[in-house]
Amino acid sequence: MKLFIALLARELRLSLRHLGDTLGALLFFLVAGALFPLAIGPSPETLGRLAPGIVWVCALLAALLPLDRLFGADYEDGSLDQLLLCGLPAAAIALGKALAHWLATGLPLLLAAGPLGIMLRLAPEALPALLGGLLAGTLVLSLLGTAGAAIVLGARRGGVLLPLLVLPLAVPVLIFGAAATDAAAAGLSPRPHLLLLCALLAGALPLCPIAAGAALRGAAE
Amino acid sequence: MLEAEGLAAFRAERLVFRDIGFAVPSGGALILRGPNGSGKSTLLRLLAGLLRPAAGRLTWRGMDALADTLAQARRVAYVGHQDAVKPGLTAAENLRFAAAAARVSVRDALAAFDLAPLAGLPVRLLSAGQRRRLALARLALSSGPIWLLDEPTLGLDDASIGLLGALLASHRAADGVVIAATHLPLPLPEAAELRLAGA
Repeated sequence: MKLFIALLARELRLSLRHLGDTLGALLFFLVAGALFPLAIGPSPETLGRLAPGIVWVCALLAALLPLDRLFGADYEDGSLDQLLLCGLPAAAIALGKALAHWLATGLPLLLAAGPLGIMLRLAPEALPALLGGLLAGTLVLSLLGTAGAAIVLGARRGGVLLPLLVLPLAVPVLIFGAAATDAAAAGLSPRPHLLLLCALLAGALPLCPIAAGAALRGAAE
Repeated sequence: MLEAEGLAAFRAERLVFRDIGFAVPSGGALILRGPNGSGKSTLLRLLAGLLRPAAGRLTWRGMDALADTLAQARRVAYVGHQDAVKPGLTAAENLRFAAAAARVSVRDALAAFDLAPLAGLPVRLLSAGQRRRLALARLALSSGPIWLLDEPTLGLDDASIGLLGALLASHRAADGVVIAATHLPLPLPEAAELRLAGA
């Protein structure tokens, strides 16, 4: 446990030192979201109807941005060997990395999603469903992304391969996340969709770190 | 006692070495020699449990050492040919994670390689030799009995080689085992030698 916290502290210190990379995902999220009113016009009905989908797709793409450096830098400078030999199981290392990715990328996205939603004329009553869905959704994305990043580690075109691997897996998150917000905007209960998102999280939480851990060991060989 | 018999390893499709056997007693040291590409680094990674052997057995105090790679990871301290330091962090911050489970403080580990004056400097400002010393300072934090060193003295000055020698001597005095791959003379008195010719 002490080692796990030390790993988390190391990762967060590194993301603070490379603040440009960390904030890059957040700024991409805001800029990409702000492009939509320019492209499809400022009419409140159209924007409000599209807002849940826009926020979700932008969050999904923004969460992918920092993934190829998640293990890449450690792999290249030999730190990955040291991590694998630190005494933690490989799956715990992957879980720590996923948690650090969420704290450095998912949490800022979550905080920015509210203002972006309001900017896109999202119905105010749908806001809690959007944020609740994103809370579970960004966690699943961090876990899936970590597994994907570990699997493409060492591949020659890993940066291109990674979205192709992770985006199809993220489709259920997108569907239920956007549907929860849509339901709330239409005056229905977002509960079933949110529960399905939580079920996805409950599945990804044990499976993704195990897959990522096995991939890390394979990459180190 | 670290004993190996019949070890063999592949890198991709190529057989790097086969039939490697040695025994290093507690407090002993083994120096791996051989031309480039003969598998010295591969053997060290195999001993660390990072790489699975294609054949052979490795035993530590009579028990199969590689059956549980996590247990083997806790037994070894590995300094690879890469320094594994982050240029954006300071020297002290680089060691903080390694120090999480150690009984030695970061300050003492830095002092072991005369790095205390550089503790607060970002590593990107350090020279190659100073980075190497920082990588070696991880050894001082390790409580594992098996030290695996890949070209440890590359880029070190004479004074730092002396410091490394002192650290290795105290590790061996505490019944630790040192296995090093190198082309350069190492401060390891009475070390056995293993020649790798390649397969």
